[in-house]
Amino acid sequence: MTRSTVSGATAAPRSRRSRAPGRTAAGRSAVGRLVFLGPGLAYLIVLLLVPLALVLSYTIFRRGRFGGVVYEATGENFTRLLDPLYLDVIVGSLKLASIATVIALLVGYPTAYLIAQLPRKWKTIALVAIVLPFWTNFLVRIYAWIVLLSGPGLVNSTLGDLGLGPFEFLYNQGTIVTGLVYSYLPLMVLPLYAAIEKLDPQLREASANLGARPARTFVSVTLPLTLPGVVTGCLFVFVPSFGNFIIPELLGGGRSIMVGNLIRDQFLKARDWPFGSTLALALLAVLVVLLLLQAWSARRA
Amino acid sequence: MRRPRLLYVPFWATYVFLYAPIAVLVVMSFNSGDSPYSFEGLSLKWYGELAGNAEIGKGLVNTLVVAAGSTVLSTVLGTLLAVGMARHSRSKVLDAIGVLPAVLPDLVLAIGLLVFYASIRMTLGLHSVLLAHTVFGMAFVAAVVRTRLAHADTSLEEASRDLGAGPVTTFFRITLPQLAPGIAAGALLAFTLSVDEFVIAFFTAAPTEPTLPIVIYSMVRFGVTPEINALATLLLAVSFTVVIVAQRMTRLTESLS
Amino acid sequence: MSRSRYARRLPAAALAAGLALAVSACGGEAADPATSADPAAPAAGATSAQLDPNADLSKQSLAISVWEGYTPKELPQQVKEKLKTELKVTLHANNEEIMAKLTSGTDTGLDVAFVSGQYAQALNEAGLLEPIHPELVPNLANLFPEAKELSYDKGNVFSVPYTWGTTGICYRTDLLKTPPTSWNDLLSPPAEAKKKVTMMITERWLALPAIKALGYSVNTRSDEEIAKVKEKLLAAKPNLLAYDDTTFRDRLKKGEAVMVEAWDGWCPAGEKNIDFVIPKEGSDLWVDTMVVLKSSKNKEAAHAFINYILDPKVHGWAAENILYGVPNKAAMDLVDPELKASMPSLQMTPSQLLQGESIIDLGEDSVKFTRLATEVAAQQ
Repeated sequence: MTRSTVSGATAAPRSRRSRAPGRTAAGRSAVGRLVFLGPGLAYLIVLLLVPLALVLSYTIFRRGRFGGVVYEATGENFTRLLDPLYLDVIVGSLKLASIATVIALLVGYPTAYLIAQLPRKWKTIALVAIVLPFWTNFLVRIYAWIVLLSGPGLVNSTLGDLGLGPFEFLYNQGTIVTGLVYSYLPLMVLPLYAAIEKLDPQLREASANLGARPARTFVSVTLPLTLPGVVTGCLFVFVPSFGNFIIPELLGGGRSIMVGNLIRDQFLKARDWPFGSTLALALLAVLVVLLLLQAWSARRA
Repeated sequence: MRRPRLLYVPFWATYVFLYAPIAVLVVMSFNSGDSPYSFEGLSLKWYGELAGNAEIGKGLVNTLVVAAGSTVLSTVLGTLLAVGMARHSRSKVLDAIGVLPAVLPDLVLAIGLLVFYASIRMTLGLHSVLLAHTVFGMAFVAAVVRTRLAHADTSLEEASRDLGAGPVTTFFRITLPQLAPGIAAGALLAFTLSVDEFVIAFFTAAPTEPTLPIVIYSMVRFGVTPEINALATLLLAVSFTVVIVAQRMTRLTESLS
Repeated sequence: MSRSRYARRLPAAALAAGLALAVSACGGEAADPATSADPAAPAAGATSAQLDPNADLSKQSLAISVWEGYTPKELPQQVKEKLKTELKVTLHANNEEIMAKLTSGTDTGLDVAFVSGQYAQALNEAGLLEPIHPELVPNLANLFPEAKELSYDKGNVFSVPYTWGTTGICYRTDLLKTPPTSWNDLLSPPAEAKKKVTMMITERWLALPAIKALGYSVNTRSDEEIAKVKEKLLAAKPNLLAYDDTTFRDRLKKGEAVMVEAWDGWCPAGEKNIDFVIPKEGSDLWVDTMVVLKSSKNKEAAHAFINYILDPKVHGWAAENILYGVPNKAAMDLVDPELKASMPSLQMTPSQLLQGESIIDLGEDSVKFTRLATEVAAQQ
């Protein structure tokens, strides 16, 4: 089954949707709502919305001496956020996550582009091969890089055979970026592939027939049309990179921290829940801005 | 169709980049030597060591219990929620709540749940992780089932109602069988995500009941040991098999793209 | 239409908001350890439960949390045999990890935890510990007299020492031209050790080398001194391989590192080409302790467990296998003399150990060290 037949098949029921029974008063009966929406919604209220509301409310309270919270309103958590120490970590995380996103895009776009043009059978195999590593344990994949890059590791021993090195690959920001790209590259390739796949090849042909060079066709036809895929892919890589704390810890050797480490440490080391909550709120704020940008770009496209 | 040759460089680079570290792990897992870095000869000794590692065994059992439990819960709640959202509500807010766990950074959900559990003085254990995993598991099941619902033929449901069946009867007789493949895919997704999940488990597990990713995390932090290579290889084999089977079953790529 | 939809949604929203408020209010009343324990009254931990010396221990079960490799693997079987109590051993990577769990306000289900002295002190001030009932731990008599006067807990009121030692520099004799003698050798290493040095990351030990090099107290609260310490640590950072308090042994053995900040027993000084030195500026005295949690429902068994650990043969295992000194005179006398000769950590007498400065919890001022650690880690 190809994508065109999928959308063709869905077109039929969708046209009937306007008078579909689900949208009638009877279909939205109180019983139906209670039975279908009730359990899930109740679950999400108790275990998602209430916890988030708690985190939100903690941002205005003071930390307890041994963890926990003293219910005494204060704005100090927000002023601390502006402390250059924490601001630098946040800006540094933005930087690392952005670099990882750009690299993933530069590697992922050509890959997705080529996959989209493979014969059908190979296309499926190529796509599955992109997803497969993503379905293996995250920590194991990070561990693989430690084995590969550490002082006596494989890369160094290979280089050593060539008379080079040894180099210190591990424990710098470059390794953190490598780990981020490695972990989230599949999340870049998939939406890009979906966007490129949808392109009508005739558009490109038309552009070429009108005398445009491939580069020009790419810039003025292909790229703008696949922009929503680009934005989605970037978001998929950026979001988990920005809040990550494991990769900086395991591949950064404790020499660099990101905002995720800062949040984790507020909860698990400093036991300053209110400030940890405030940092989490800052993290969410950055992500909400990005999501709005994405929605905006999707609407424009 | 013309494929620019130059593009093959990043294309192949991507696959080498994705698979080289994994390949190294697999090869090194059969190493007879103690060093995790230099290959000395073929042996299964690290698999033997692994089998005798009680911590890992316990972590594995805990992980499977959590994943199985949260998958059942997620599948039931997520399917109901999907049907409810598609057929019984038009609320945008509800839609947003439904996808929130899937887009929320795991760290934020993790601290939220930790704070929540602490505020109700809950005793931590496997159940606290199970409940936590259901939050996002349910969202993923609901998303997959909704995609399926959007493609489902509604005329049968219509007929069922016209013949006087209530929403619940219609659901069990008509909607559910149609949704079965979607539900299975959603359940598989919830299970896999739970097995692999580390951050939320790290924050919500009792120290007495670590899940496998937590055990792996502490092993990795305590240094490189070839035992992890063997474990990694086994995990890879299982994941690969599951994904390939799932691929055959549900045409995963189509639904992803 | 839109009005009715709002009307429908409103109750749900109100319910959500109400629930959130109710829960946060409950949190307030139920009071986290922090809010219930008035910092001005550290005596909160002094209320002790009535324990029955003749309790049937086979009806109790124990869950303990301890560092990896810190107790024998067969401990659960041994305890079962001796005390008739089921024992479940769980592991923590470091003090911070177990502290986070213990102070989170959730019930961890643990009965006994192994933590370092200053953390035991903090736990006690938070009201989370059951005072030790000495009448249930007759083997306390085996301890060195010095081990009963440790500054974080004089008289072993809420903790029982398990191991003790100091921190120094562990190094490769074959890969360094001259053996280190000063903390400054670690902080500004010779050319052959550049990028081959590790320092510990746990706050107080992160600061230790710089503090001692500058001649300050390990328990300093002075902002000025901590600022100087920070400067020194930042200057040392470019020469480091990594911050590491779990794998420095392996790194040293592999030669990936040539000089590491190490706890004495964790330095494999018995091996060829590896040696340990306490820098001339002096160092700390750390103590790893056992504490009984107030939330424990098996307090009699917990005390019986601690008493069992203090048995010279059992406690001697720690000395012979973790290679840390144990504060148990009878146990140290049992240690194999040959092993003793090879490990500096086992040769230290209590009076030598007491020359190190004991680390204590700094209360409110401990955030200064937290900030210091963040500043050092954040610096590129």
